[in-house]
Amino acid sequence: MKAKPNYIAGAGSVIWLLIVLVPIYVMLTATIQSQQGYAAKGPLSLPGSFTLENFTALVSSGFLAYVLNTAIVTVSVVGIVVVLVPPLAYAVVRSRSRGISLVFRTFLLGLAIPAQAVIVPIFYLITVAGLYDSLIGIILPTAAFCLPICTLILSGSMRDITPELYEAMAMDGATPMRSFFRLVLPLSKGGISTIIVFSALQAWNGFLFPLILTQSASTKVITLGLFDFQSQYGINIPGLMAAVLLSMLPVLLVYLFARRALVQGLMGVGGK
Amino acid sequence: MTRSDTGRPRHPGGPNAGRPGFAWALPATLFFALFAILPLIGVAVMSFTSWSGLGNPAFNGLDNWVKLAGDKVMMQSLWLSALLTLLGVAIQTPLSILLGTWAAGHQKNRAILSAIYFVPLLLSSAAVSVLWRALLDPNFGLPGQFSSFFGGDGNVLGTQAGAIAVLTFVGAWQFTPLHTLLYQGAARSVPPVLYQAADIDGAGTVRKFFSITLPQLRNTIVTSVILMVVGGLTTFDTVLILTKGGPGTDTTITAFYMYRKAFQSFDFGVASAIALVLVIIATTISLVLVRVTGYDKMHSVQEGI
Repeated sequence: MKAKPNYIAGAGSVIWLLIVLVPIYVMLTATIQSQQGYAAKGPLSLPGSFTLENFTALVSSGFLAYVLNTAIVTVSVVGIVVVLVPPLAYAVVRSRSRGISLVFRTFLLGLAIPAQAVIVPIFYLITVAGLYDSLIGIILPTAAFCLPICTLILSGSMRDITPELYEAMAMDGATPMRSFFRLVLPLSKGGISTIIVFSALQAWNGFLFPLILTQSASTKVITLGLFDFQSQYGINIPGLMAAVLLSMLPVLLVYLFARRALVQGLMGVGGK
Repeated sequence: MTRSDTGRPRHPGGPNAGRPGFAWALPATLFFALFAILPLIGVAVMSFTSWSGLGNPAFNGLDNWVKLAGDKVMMQSLWLSALLTLLGVAIQTPLSILLGTWAAGHQKNRAILSAIYFVPLLLSSAAVSVLWRALLDPNFGLPGQFSSFFGGDGNVLGTQAGAIAVLTFVGAWQFTPLHTLLYQGAARSVPPVLYQAADIDGAGTVRKFFSITLPQLRNTIVTSVILMVVGGLTTFDTVLILTKGGPGTDTTITAFYMYRKAFQSFDFGVASAIALVLVIIATTISLVLVRVTGYDKMHSVQEGI
């Protein structure tokens, strides 16, 4: 297919590029300026000074503890998802049990349940279970709300395994357990990395469950830290921007080194 | 597991040989039922109770619903939710279709630009909102530096129109990349033979876009619009951080009103009723969209279930 350059589309794409990049530029340049320096120059100007005080202030304000909490939540959510979803997806794709299609439909329905809609019962459930203001209280519902999309993604990728391979395993007398570990898991590596990235993103960026299910500083995650920071020091823009940058840094690193899995994980957000 | 004496399945190679049983699905299903299905039922039940967060919920019949029906802020919030959702769909859909089909080209510059377009998606809603709130700060943000452009005191969040414009813009900034990604993937899977045929017929870029690309993107448009509608109706983090529902209650959309009722007024019964209204509206719109467009049939064929 020969394509001649499309100048109108090219111009439009550059305008959108600017809309995307200007806030990022302001964020990056603000983080290396002092509050006074930033206020004097204005957001779009080139930085006139250089300082790391915004980051050192963040560290001394205990922001790193929030990062640690978020990391614990993220690793646990990924752990739950990786343990629960592959057997489920395997059953969805291969089982002939009567209940399976009902289960799959329930998970599809789950795609349409917005977390916002069920925060009151979840708050009740977590409070009654005595998990209010604990990291486990955040981890459990966050993981549960990752399950529908992850199941959809992984069962999609397990469907690509040809039936002949399953039949060959069965002919050799392989139990479902053996087929699962010897055939299904090795051939679903791509799908599994996608659901890992997706659930990690959800957990890392999650805001609603931490907001309603925790209150003390010891259980604070990054997103809540940002919110608090903004309510308390709203005009310390370089400090705020440094916090925003720190909160997205791990995701940015994943993006640089594992773009493919990340993009597919993000597409998972779109339920694709 | 039924096994014969040799330790092999009784029907080697038979239809159910080596197939996993229901037990494989059980752990995930129970977990999901506990934290998603049960709460969904819970929200319906709790909408007929009163609970302040202490003790146990007590049934109070239709009280919450009667209160809600006469609640002016609730009615206003429904209009605001509809308005913000419509604005989001109207702006993001054309934008992301154009960007997505453009980014679907395999040219080097397009690949680099679309890699940068993704960046807003890496940020949490909280980070996006904090970032834009700082950028729009009347004194230290863009309005301070370009006061002639923003006019007045530069407090763009101080009026209803301004606040709605900001929420719409920030929503588009945050979510257009996601929809662009969906359209990019879909546009790439359009069979090239269609474009080759159009080239032979002498069709131009515009004609090809409207006669081939757009019809081929039909399914994706439905998916993307459903996501925008559900996402728009449940927008919460951005409203909380950017406008706090204000000025006054001027941007208190339904999802935010529910949060206020629950976690600021501790009126969990009314909040549950609002949540149920949201679920019903979002599900109805999704089902109608799916039916009207015939998406369900195509989808089930693709899924092979």
